[in-house]
Amino acid sequence: MPYLSLAIWVPIVAGLAVLAVGRDRDAGLARWISLIGSVVGLLVTLPLWLHFDTSTAEMQFVEQAEWIPRFDIHYHLGVDGISMLLVLLNSLMTLIVVWSAWEVIQVRVAQYMAAFLIQSGLINGAFSALDGILFYSFFEAMLIPMYIIIGSWGGPNRVYAAVKFFLYTLLGSLLLLVGFIYLYNVSETFAILEWYRVPLSLDVQVLLFIAFFLSFSVKVPMWPVHTWLPDAHVEAPTGGSVILAAITLKIGGYGFVRFILPILPDAAHYLSGFVITLSLIAVVYIGFVALVQADMKKLIAYSSISHMGFVTLGFFLFSALGLEGGLVQMISHGFVSAAMFLCVGVMYDRMHTRLIADYGGVVNTMPKFAAFMMLFAMANAGLPATSGFVGEFLVILAAVKVNFWLGFTAATIMILGAAYTLWMYKRVIYGEVANDHVRALSDVNRREFWMLGSVALLVLWMGVWPRPFIDVMHTSVEGLLAHVAKSKL
Amino acid sequence: MTPDVNFSAIAPEIVVLCGACAVLLIDLFVAETRRHVSFWLTQIVLLAAAWASLASMQAQPSTAFSGMVADDMLADTLKFMSCVAVSLGLFVSRSYCVVRGLFRGETFVLALFTLLGTMVMIAASSFVTLYLGLELQALALYAMVAMHRKSNIASEAAMKYFVLGALASGILLYGMSMVYGATGSLDVAVVARELAGGGANRLILLFGLVFVVSGIAFKLGAVPYHMWVPDVYDGAPTVMTLLIGTAPKLAAYVFMLRLLGVALGGLWLDWQGMLIVLSLLSMVFGNVVAIAQTNIKRMLAYSSIANMGFMLMGFLAANPNGYSAALFYVIAYVLTSVASFGMVMLLSREGFEADQLEDFKGLNQRSPWWAFMMLLVMFSLAGIPPTVGFYAKFTVIQAAVDAGFVWLAVAAVLSSLVGAFYYLRVVKLMYFDDPTDTEPIDARADSRAILTMNGLALLVFGVLPQPLLGVCVVALAHSGLL
Repeated sequence: MPYLSLAIWVPIVAGLAVLAVGRDRDAGLARWISLIGSVVGLLVTLPLWLHFDTSTAEMQFVEQAEWIPRFDIHYHLGVDGISMLLVLLNSLMTLIVVWSAWEVIQVRVAQYMAAFLIQSGLINGAFSALDGILFYSFFEAMLIPMYIIIGSWGGPNRVYAAVKFFLYTLLGSLLLLVGFIYLYNVSETFAILEWYRVPLSLDVQVLLFIAFFLSFSVKVPMWPVHTWLPDAHVEAPTGGSVILAAITLKIGGYGFVRFILPILPDAAHYLSGFVITLSLIAVVYIGFVALVQADMKKLIAYSSISHMGFVTLGFFLFSALGLEGGLVQMISHGFVSAAMFLCVGVMYDRMHTRLIADYGGVVNTMPKFAAFMMLFAMANAGLPATSGFVGEFLVILAAVKVNFWLGFTAATIMILGAAYTLWMYKRVIYGEVANDHVRALSDVNRREFWMLGSVALLVLWMGVWPRPFIDVMHTSVEGLLAHVAKSKL
Repeated sequence: MTPDVNFSAIAPEIVVLCGACAVLLIDLFVAETRRHVSFWLTQIVLLAAAWASLASMQAQPSTAFSGMVADDMLADTLKFMSCVAVSLGLFVSRSYCVVRGLFRGETFVLALFTLLGTMVMIAASSFVTLYLGLELQALALYAMVAMHRKSNIASEAAMKYFVLGALASGILLYGMSMVYGATGSLDVAVVARELAGGGANRLILLFGLVFVVSGIAFKLGAVPYHMWVPDVYDGAPTVMTLLIGTAPKLAAYVFMLRLLGVALGGLWLDWQGMLIVLSLLSMVFGNVVAIAQTNIKRMLAYSSIANMGFMLMGFLAANPNGYSAALFYVIAYVLTSVASFGMVMLLSREGFEADQLEDFKGLNQRSPWWAFMMLLVMFSLAGIPPTVGFYAKFTVIQAAVDAGFVWLAVAAVLSSLVGAFYYLRVVKLMYFDDPTDTEPIDARADSRAILTMNGLALLVFGVLPQPLLGVCVVALAHSGLL
């Protein structure tokens, strides 16, 4: 079965179907088709994990067909241990987003759902594409739905945020395109795996590194090209924030391991100090920035940047521990940041404010919700036995092996993360009931309970028993390290 | 030398010429209420010409009438596409024309004569025929811009177009005369041979080359010869803008290919430098100035300037790869352009030109389908996948990088980032703003169907560009030009 093609096209077709039938009159129909589409979309990705062979670093579930012979471009799909989990994560998050929007979105429901479904297919495409142009097509096409999501259903400053999001990302990706074309002219192929073997001089590698790095670092985002993210997160509707934080940021991280490290190993080594410095700035400086935020979504957005700094740090330590730590952190951050945004969404739907100052004593009126949020806040702070701990621990371990002070600086994330998350939690959830609006709050309903509950289970599972995740990655990471270690000069 | 008479080489031209005369005569006897007879007659002529272009297609290139016209695959392909572009243009503008009193025999006849000029240019293999085609096309276009004779702005646009066009023709002719003086021939192939032989006076040739390039740049509307473009696009009735902005671009490409690529191919190192300047200026200037526009027709005019800059970037690689990239770019641009002006006309109605950007506000709430079509057009112009515009940008960037101009490619993508801003603004107006205008969108079913097909074609060729890419490669390979 072409599982990867199904993972891409099932959501897209479902999205088109929703667009075709869904009018505002019968929003219910649009919701149900979206739900079915996202459930089927998730089901077709499950065999990827069940039938995954952990003993090989080769691409699995490969599909290849001629697409554009003029430039030798193929419809070439495949996943390895690095990308397979991301495909699953994305399909799962799409389901959760559809779920989270069920009663919340009331205007142009069909377009909202369709945008997420189509985007989900495109993201799966980006994670599984093994042809440069195929990847690029998905990579850039996914900007269109997100642009419309932020701009149509976002907050008051949504247009500014949407345009900023689009143009920032486009800047990077256009240079990526020039880089891809350069590689094609050198290697006569767009096959990504072939590019791993093309010899390149250091000068060329450094130039390509700049092009690729601009593209993926905007997406991650790394300091100092992160400024689009707080705007986009704050203005986006809950679902948009969830997908942005849980999935789109991961495409940046994925780009580092799929493209930059194996294709440009010498430049990566040469410039690793630069990347590590930027990552540490993100971890520490952005951590402090998160501390002083008054808006919950902004705080989580900055916390995402800080956590993603950890991911890039892990990648550029060039050890199995660091890489696996970074990858686990990506998955875990997918769960945790999504859950945090869902929590803020649950409160926002009731109170229509995201300012911390407007809350206080929520635990008195929403005890179940407070319990869930406690778990996610702890996970965000990296508490052991939650998914947040595993990745951070591995990366810190790898960093200490390279240099003690590097590990020490990186470990401040544990302190800062705990500080900003728990302080926010304290101000919002505990204390006296702050005002009448809080007093009137009702606890989570059944839909919200199961939505948060399912993510909570995943967070705990990954924290307590991370072996299955790491096993899947291990061989592929070893294979990747072999490529990174081989000089191309 | 006996003249090699071969009417099959110019069969499409004959069809269009006879058809134009027939429409002109028959239209005199058609009652005002039955103009659609002339319309359908014109469409039949276009269909016949398109069929004639395909039917006369042959793999072996040849010339006819003592080397005056070329009969090759490139010419036939582009003749076919010009017919299609004009036909699509007339379909999507039907309601617009009816409301504005432009649904007249003269409109159709002028459109056919423009097409005839376009075809003559496409098939020309001698400087004389090239120039004849160019003038025939240009004169018909001048008249079309001036069709709205009561409108001041249309008259002004026509005047500007005419004066500048005449000047450009003069410059071009002057350049051609220099080339003639240096090589002793007006035949494209002979000039190329003389150049290769090395006997021609290089100084005179270069002198002529500068004028020829200027003339071409004017036809394309490349900076700094672009002054006419915004005024004409804005001033002319939208249906005429559509006819000016589409098929003539195809002709301009062939014109450039035969003059620079073939006849003066030996001087490619010299014209490459000139084209780099034109290309860079057009991309940067067109995209930057387009941001400041509030009128969508002017915005599309500047966008066309920028797009021609991109096309030139492919062409200046001066190799078959670059020529086919530029050809693909022009075809993709024409396809997108027809849809863009079609959308402007769709939103227009009696006494209301939807030519302001504001008029697109809230289109998604008025009609999700047309908003989606315009979205495709805008993203195609911006070069975002999965639309055909992406592969257009991709091919020319590939050609430039292949020819060693990585820096030019980087400049091009940066300018297209600037471009994305104003295309996104249109999407923003359609999707994020509330409508100020709640009139229902009303157009004839055939206009709507054709426009839908056109819009979807942008998506289809964006997902499966190979057929179109293949046509460009094959047509050029069998043109015997390179």
